[in-house]
Amino acid sequence: MTSAPRHAHLRSVAVLVLATQFSQVAEAHIRKGEASGFLSGVRHPISGLDHVLAMIAVGLWGAQLGAPAIWVLPVAFPMVMALGGMMGLLGIPLPGTEYGIAASMILLGGVVLLELKPPLWVAALLVSFFAIFHGHAHGTELPPGQDGLLYSMGFVCATGCLHGIGVSIGLVHRWTWGQLFLRLSGGFISAMGMYFLWKALV
Amino acid sequence: MKRKSLFVLATMLVVFFLCPSPASAHLNSTGMGPMYDGLLHFFLSPEDIVPVVALALLAGLRGPEYGRRALLLLPASWFVGCFLGTMFQWAASWPVAAISFLVFGGLVAADAQVSLRAMTVLAGLLGLVHGWMNGSGVPWSFSLIGAYAGLVAGVFVVVALVSAFVIKLRPPWARIAVRVAGSWIVATGLLLLGWAARRG
Repeated sequence: MTSAPRHAHLRSVAVLVLATQFSQVAEAHIRKGEASGFLSGVRHPISGLDHVLAMIAVGLWGAQLGAPAIWVLPVAFPMVMALGGMMGLLGIPLPGTEYGIAASMILLGGVVLLELKPPLWVAALLVSFFAIFHGHAHGTELPPGQDGLLYSMGFVCATGCLHGIGVSIGLVHRWTWGQLFLRLSGGFISAMGMYFLWKALV
Repeated sequence: MKRKSLFVLATMLVVFFLCPSPASAHLNSTGMGPMYDGLLHFFLSPEDIVPVVALALLAGLRGPEYGRRALLLLPASWFVGCFLGTMFQWAASWPVAAISFLVFGGLVAADAQVSLRAMTVLAGLLGLVHGWMNGSGVPWSFSLIGAYAGLVAGVFVVVALVSAFVIKLRPPWARIAVRVAGSWIVATGLLLLGWAARRG
């Protein structure tokens, strides 16, 4: 092969490779709204740092409290949050949602920081109370035109997984350094809650 | 001579490309045959598959006897429900899927100690109601028998696999994980109810 055709060949390959780098999403065989509905649902709870930290705090606290709180709290939160989401979907107003979310971070982070161990029903009640604010915020922000069922499934799965991450991190509680780490994490979440409260106020 | 034959070949090719027949390459226009269409319909319908999974989880939590009862009764009642729906052509206006999610997810989350008789009723009801919803709005044809057979085959497979999997679970945390899955189904049902109410 002479050098000119070889260069032409290389150029064609280069153009082809370059072209593949600018390819668009095909979306050829997705029923409208479905796949995006599930992924939008997954993305929604993890899109806001305030929600993420509060949900991780629930998992951390559950791990600190041990059984049965380790699974009761992460079970209670998504269910009551869904109830709040339903309220948001129905247009039932809930005043001070943003303050409630910030307060959830401050208090849930605070109980992790102080390693408080109240009775199970008190812990479940506290977590459930704040779950309504998170759910309501999500419910009112739901985008129109999405597949409701797949969106809800993605939304709940993502929330549950965030609790799971919190519980998994919380398993370090068995070690002394882990207990200190968890308390520091609680302090960080609480401080972030104060930041979000300040942002909501100004 | 060679040039002439090339010309003829090129002309034939051009004519060939100018008269294409539909490729029918996409299965949503051709289908896969009634049996597989029914099977795929079930596996692509989360509003049907999730309550079936929930019932199978519940049966698995309760034990092998419950699993066997659900395995036999649910596909049978689903099959009957499909034909009843096709026969009467009436679809419920209330959010059936959301209610099923709440009821069956709630029973799993609570690890409800249901009796075998209650399980029988629950499986029968679930099959009849969801089968009815599948069948309503579908005009009768003989190919429906195959489609419904495929659909209930899907139900059978899911119940068999899920309940057998849960029955085999021994560690306490695994049973808790099943209950957590139930709570997720309840949460999804609540949101679904909100969506249904918002749509009116």
